[in-house]
Amino acid sequence: MSTLSPIQPRPIRAEVCRVVFNTPLHGPYRHLAVTASATALAAMPGQFFQLLCPGQGQDRHTLRRPMSVYRVDHARGQLEFLFKIVGAGTRGLSGLAAGDELDIFGPLGQGFRLNMQWRHIVLLGRGAGMATLAPLAETAIARGMKVTAILSAARPELAVAADHLRAAGAEVRIVNDADGSAAPEWLEPVLRQIVTEQGVNFIATCGSGRLLRLVRRLHQEFGIDGQVALEQPMACGIGSCFCCVRPFVVDGQTIFKRVCQEGPVFAIQEAA
Amino acid sequence: MIDLTVRIGSLILENPVMPGSGTFAEGMERVIDVDRLGAIVAKTITPDIRHGNPQPRLTEVVGGMLSSIGIPSKGPDYFCAETVPFYARFKPPLIASISASSVEAFGKLAARLNTPGIAAIEVNLSCPNLEVNGRAFAMFPEATRDAIRHIKESTDRPVWAKLTPNVGDITEIAVAAHEGGADALVVANALLGMAIDVTTFRPKLGNVMGGVTGAAMKPVILRMVYQCAQAVPLPIIGCGGISSINDAVEYMLAGATAVQVGTANFIHPTTMIDIIDALPEFLRRHGLTRVTDLIGTMRANEAADPSWAAVG
Ligand SMILES: Cc1cc2nc3c(=O)[nH]c(=O)nc-3n(C[C@H](O)[C@H](O)[C@H](O)COP(=O)(O)OP(=O)(O)OC[C@H]3O[C@@H](n4cnc5c(N)ncnc54)[C@H](O)[C@@H]3O)c2cc1C
Ligand SMILES: Cc1cc2nc3c(=O)[nH]c(=O)nc-3n(C[C@H](O)[C@H](O)[C@H](O)COP(=O)(O)O)c2cc1C
Repeated sequence: MSTLSPIQPRPIRAEVCRVVFNTPLHGPYRHLAVTASATALAAMPGQFFQLLCPGQGQDRHTLRRPMSVYRVDHARGQLEFLFKIVGAGTRGLSGLAAGDELDIFGPLGQGFRLNMQWRHIVLLGRGAGMATLAPLAETAIARGMKVTAILSAARPELAVAADHLRAAGAEVRIVNDADGSAAPEWLEPVLRQIVTEQGVNFIATCGSGRLLRLVRRLHQEFGIDGQVALEQPMACGIGSCFCCVRPFVVDGQTIFKRVCQEGPVFAIQEAA
Repeated sequence: MIDLTVRIGSLILENPVMPGSGTFAEGMERVIDVDRLGAIVAKTITPDIRHGNPQPRLTEVVGGMLSSIGIPSKGPDYFCAETVPFYARFKPPLIASISASSVEAFGKLAARLNTPGIAAIEVNLSCPNLEVNGRAFAMFPEATRDAIRHIKESTDRPVWAKLTPNVGDITEIAVAAHEGGADALVVANALLGMAIDVTTFRPKLGNVMGGVTGAAMKPVILRMVYQCAQAVPLPIIGCGGISSINDAVEYMLAGATAVQVGTANFIHPTTMIDIIDALPEFLRRHGLTRVTDLIGTMRANEAADPSWAAVG
C-alpha cells in the first residue's frame, strides 16, 4: 500500500502591493487592481482578501475590510477588486491612486465548488454581490459551460459588472427595483422559465437574502445545486476570532459557522 | 549570542512572545512559522458546548475593537481529540485556556486536561461565577483564590491565572491568585465597554456590552502589569494592546516576563514574528544579552523629560 501525502493547504500571506489602477465606475463603485505575488494570484472564485484600507480625514478604523476577488489577471500578475463605497474603509480605498501601496491578506476562505459535468450555470447577484460572482463566469466559460448572469440593482444603470460579464461570454440580464423586475415575484417566474426551457445545473447567488431564499426554493423543487456567498462583518478573516459566525441548519440542527473560514461560500440548503 | 529564553515557573519558553487566547487558531500555520512562537495559547474552552453570543459580535472603536464573542466552545472532548493533536506537530508548548461557571467545574475541566501535549493551563477568570453572583471570578479575591486552589489540586500542570481589568484594585486579585497557588499571572483580559449607534439608538453589540481590546488599551493594562509586578513574586505575562517591539519591551520594563499579542494579530498577522525578529537587535542596541535583562528595569525614579524640567 502506498502512503498518500496529505494535501498541503495553500499558503496565505499579508503583502504590500502596488496599485495599478483605481477606476471610478458608475455610482458608488470602484474597480481596483494591484500587482500581487503568486500566492495571492492563486485565489479562486469566491475567495476573498482582507484589505488594510487607509484612513481618510476623520476616519480612524482599525480593522481590515473583506473584499472578494473580482478578477485574477495572470498575464499581468494583477489582482482586481470591485467595491462599493459604503463607509470608512471603502472611502479610504477609493482614495488610492496608481503607485500607492495597499496591504492585502489572503487568499482567504472557501470559494465556489464547480462540477466539471455542469453545462449551464446561473449567477444571480444583487448590487456589489455580482463582484463576488463574476470570476465564476470566466472560470465556467473556460470550462465550456454556458453562463447566464442576472444582475439585480436599484436602477438599471447601477448594475455591476455587466460589460465585464458580456465580454467574458456570459448572457447578461439586468433586473431592477425601478421597474419592479428585481422583485422576487417577477424574478421567480423568469428563473423557472430558464430552468424548464434551458436546463440549469447550478445557481450561485450573492448580495441578497431574498435571492438566497429564491435559489433555495428552486433547489428544493428542481434539485438544482446552489451555493451562496455570504457576508458578515469580520475581524481576523482566518477563523481565529469567531466574530463572523452565522446560524446554519445542518441535519435539522442549528449550528454556527464562521463566514471567513467555513465560507464565505456555502451550500444553499444549509444557509439560513 | 542573544538569549531570548524566559522562564514561566517550571516552563522554559524559547522567547517571550505568544498569542492571546482567542486571537489565534488552526490556520495561522498557513501564514506564519508557528514553530517560532514562544508558546501557543489555545482559545478558551468550557466544560459544555456553547454557541456564544448573538450578533453583532464586533464593532470598532478608536484605536481598537469592541467584541462580545461569548466563548463559543466545542468542549473538552473535541479539544483533546482534535486541537491538542493538531498542535502536537509544532515545537512551542501548548497552553490550554479554560473557563467554567463554578469552582467545582473549573477543577473537573482542569483534571480532564491532564493529557500529554498540554504544557500549562491558563485560567480565564473573566467568566461569570454562576454559584455566587454571576460576576467574573477575577472581580473578587475569594473567588479567584478558591478557583485557582481547586484547579491546582486537580492538575499537575502549571496554572496561569488570567485576570480581568474590570476591577478597582487589581493587586488584590493578583495576591489572591498567588495565594491560591498560581504559577503565573496573565494581565489582562479585555476591558468592558459598549457602543451605541446614534442613527438607530441601538447598541452596536448584540450583547450590549463587550470587551475593548487593541492599542487603545495599552496604557491601562501596562499600569496593571506594573502594579501586579510590585505586589506578587510571580512571573507576569502582559497582554493588552501590544502591536510592536516597542510595546512588548514596554511591558517587560514594567515587570512582565513574557507578552501575549491579541487584536494586533487580526490587523498584521505577522506581528508576533515581527516582534521576535526585532528583539535581538533591540537588546544589542541597548548593550543587553538576555531578554530577561529587561524585566522590571524601568528607571522609575528618573521620569520626566529633561527639556520639560528645564522649562519648569
Ligand atoms: C467575504 C466578503 C466579501 C466581500 N466582498 C465585497 C466586494 O467584492 N465588494 C464590495 O463592495 N463589498 C464586499 N464586501 C462587503 C465589504 O466588506 C463591506 O462593504 C466593507 O467592509 C465596509 O467597510 P467600510 O469601512 O467602508 O464600512 P463601515 O464603516 O464598516 O460600514 C458602513 C456600513 O456598511 C455596513 N457594512 C459593513 N460591513 C458590511 C458587510 N460585510 N456587508 C454588508 N454591509 C456591511 C455597516 O453596517 C454600515 O452600515 C464583502 C464582505 C465579505 C464579508
Ligand atoms: C475576538 C477576541 C476573542 C477573545 N477570546 C478570548 C478567549 O477565548 N479567552 C481569553 O482568555 N481571552 C480572550 N480574548 C482576550 C485576548 O486574549 C486578550 O486578553 C485581549 O484581546 C487583550 O489583548 P489585545 O489588546 O492585544 O487584544 C479575546 C479577545 C478578542 C479580541
